[in-house]
Amino acid sequence: MKKIVIREEYCIGCRLCEIHCLVQHSKSKEIIKAYKGEYPKPMSRVRVEQLHHLSFAMQCRHCEDAPCLEACLSGAMHRDKKTGAVLCDEDKCVGCWMCIMVCPFGVIERNTEGKKIASKCDLCTGQEKPVCVKNCPNEAIVYEE
Amino acid sequence: MKNNSKYLIIGNSVAAVACVESIRRTDAEGSITLVSDETYHTYSRPLISYLLGGKIGPERMFYRDNNFYTENNVNAILGKKAVKIDADKKTVVLNDGSELGYEKLMISTGGTPIVPDMPGVKSSGVFTFTTWDDTNNIKEYIEKNKVKKAVVIGGGLIGLKATEALLALDIKVTILELADRILAATFDKKASAIIGSELEKVGCAVITNNTVTKINAAKTGAKNIKEVVLKNKKKIPAEILIVAIGVRPNIEFLKSSGIKTNRGIVVDDKMQSSLKDVYAAGDCCEAKEFLSGLPQVIAIWPSAARQGRIAGNNMAGGTEKYTGNLAKNSVELCGVPTISVGLTDTTKEKALEVIEVYEPENLIYRKVVIRNNKIVGIVFVGNITRAGIYTGLIKDGVDISSFRSHILKEDFGLISLPKEYRKHLVSGAGIEV
Ligand SMILES: Cc1cc2nc3c(=O)[nH]c(=O)nc-3n(C[C@H](O)[C@H](O)[C@H](O)COP(=O)(O)OP(=O)(O)OC[C@H]3O[C@@H](n4cnc5c(N)ncnc54)[C@H](O)[C@@H]3O)c2cc1C
Repeated sequence: MKKIVIREEYCIGCRLCEIHCLVQHSKSKEIIKAYKGEYPKPMSRVRVEQLHHLSFAMQCRHCEDAPCLEACLSGAMHRDKKTGAVLCDEDKCVGCWMCIMVCPFGVIERNTEGKKIASKCDLCTGQEKPVCVKNCPNEAIVYEE
Repeated sequence: MKNNSKYLIIGNSVAAVACVESIRRTDAEGSITLVSDETYHTYSRPLISYLLGGKIGPERMFYRDNNFYTENNVNAILGKKAVKIDADKKTVVLNDGSELGYEKLMISTGGTPIVPDMPGVKSSGVFTFTTWDDTNNIKEYIEKNKVKKAVVIGGGLIGLKATEALLALDIKVTILELADRILAATFDKKASAIIGSELEKVGCAVITNNTVTKINAAKTGAKNIKEVVLKNKKKIPAEILIVAIGVRPNIEFLKSSGIKTNRGIVVDDKMQSSLKDVYAAGDCCEAKEFLSGLPQVIAIWPSAARQGRIAGNNMAGGTEKYTGNLAKNSVELCGVPTISVGLTDTTKEKALEVIEVYEPENLIYRKVVIRNNKIVGIVFVGNITRAGIYTGLIKDGVDISSFRSHILKEDFGLISLPKEYRKHLVSGAGIEV
């Protein structure tokens, strides 16, 4: 399957991926509304980690042996049969946070505005390329088979 | 008539489901029969508190699609109980007298709630809380009797989950706990105190170091429960009583089978029992504990899932081995999320070190337990951000010397980890990126 590959040596820490991700996962898909006027407030599902001059963007690895899948109590966390992506069905999610407890990458977050749900990367379902990858100015994340 | 199948699975919960999926990964053809004494499709036991509290409806109880059995070509016999195993004849006898033959058998009968013997325990209004049927019965009783006051015996996970549901139904709850605090098995004192005081804030009374010795019921009518009498003779009014002092492996029906049991069914790293071609997984068995390597019953969902998968793999001729059961749980109570993993009680072992952040006024407590420079446990209350990174460090036995001072800092992350380990995680072999 196609996955997002992290190339930390190219990351410049600009955090554009976070902004594009948040907007992509907003209702309006407009940056100002997404940041200022939406409830529940949209969250970025990618996180830039930074320490001194090193940085990289980190989002769900869509693991082959994904611990979140077997920890999920509600069946919300599932693998998409077509794409192989690990997705959270937000209608099914009850916010038990078992997935947060077992994800070794720490890339699942609590979204507690409105109904409590686990928030994670969905590889921008429906888009040809995840928006974080598309908008990375230095190809520090790439989408590859 | 003997009905033969290549794979026979007793149980229909998470260990059984994981076993089916695992068998089908390697063997698309072999016949699978699954038998369960409950009549429901694949439903999630941990969701019963959400159902009781009205947070979800019955349609959301299922964690697999309703075509699960057909899609995996499983002959599901629901509503029948296995009463006996004959390992020589390779058969399982059901409560209606029918016999099922197998080539490979998997036992995943889970746990049975422990109910202490005491006067009045048979009164109407006394319930355990582990199944969907329990939930329906409780709901019906509450509605019929307009219950406003409940007592819950046991301040462990299930007791607190029941409490949360009852509170959501506007019922006043008193929790009785024999230990000196709630969640004593997985929490330390500070963590228990934060959750305990939050429960009290929402009108739930928590009584520790005490338990029920007698149940008084009405003398007439349906003989409904009226009150409970405590160890110290104090009486507490109770219109319903939930007994949640623990579960024990459901293995009584195996007595005549000759299978080796201790507290639970004894299994090896392939989840195979002492009987040839008989496997076991989940809450009914006693698999190897991760940190000590010693057998222990740890009744949690993710472990049941993993064990079921390992059993299924080996039943279908695979060679996957179980790496061990690491105690862990995630519970959100009164809006405060908590996660505990591994060894959290530091009072019994001198060599353990602790790094912690403790801000009770903000309902925040984060503790990391360290042994020989490796993390062996965590307790997080209030802030559970990225808890899984620590779980990963426990599982991988990573030496923390190089990032020890950073371990509970706000910006702690994968970037804080040694380059070699981080590279392996971020873009290395084994885990695909
Ligand atoms: C209210 C509640 C909340 C929980 N919350 C959490 C949580 O937050 N996190 C967590 O990790 N765990 C939680 N658990 C524990 C979790 O549900 C169990 O660890 C898990 O369900 C174990 O799965 P299992 O497959 O081993 O067996 P079980 O789920 O116990 O199921 C046993 C199966 O076997 C069947 N069966 C039993 N005996 C027979 C027989 N003789 N013949 C035929 N069929 C039989 C039953 O019908 C059932 O299908 C919770 C449990 C409860 C009750």
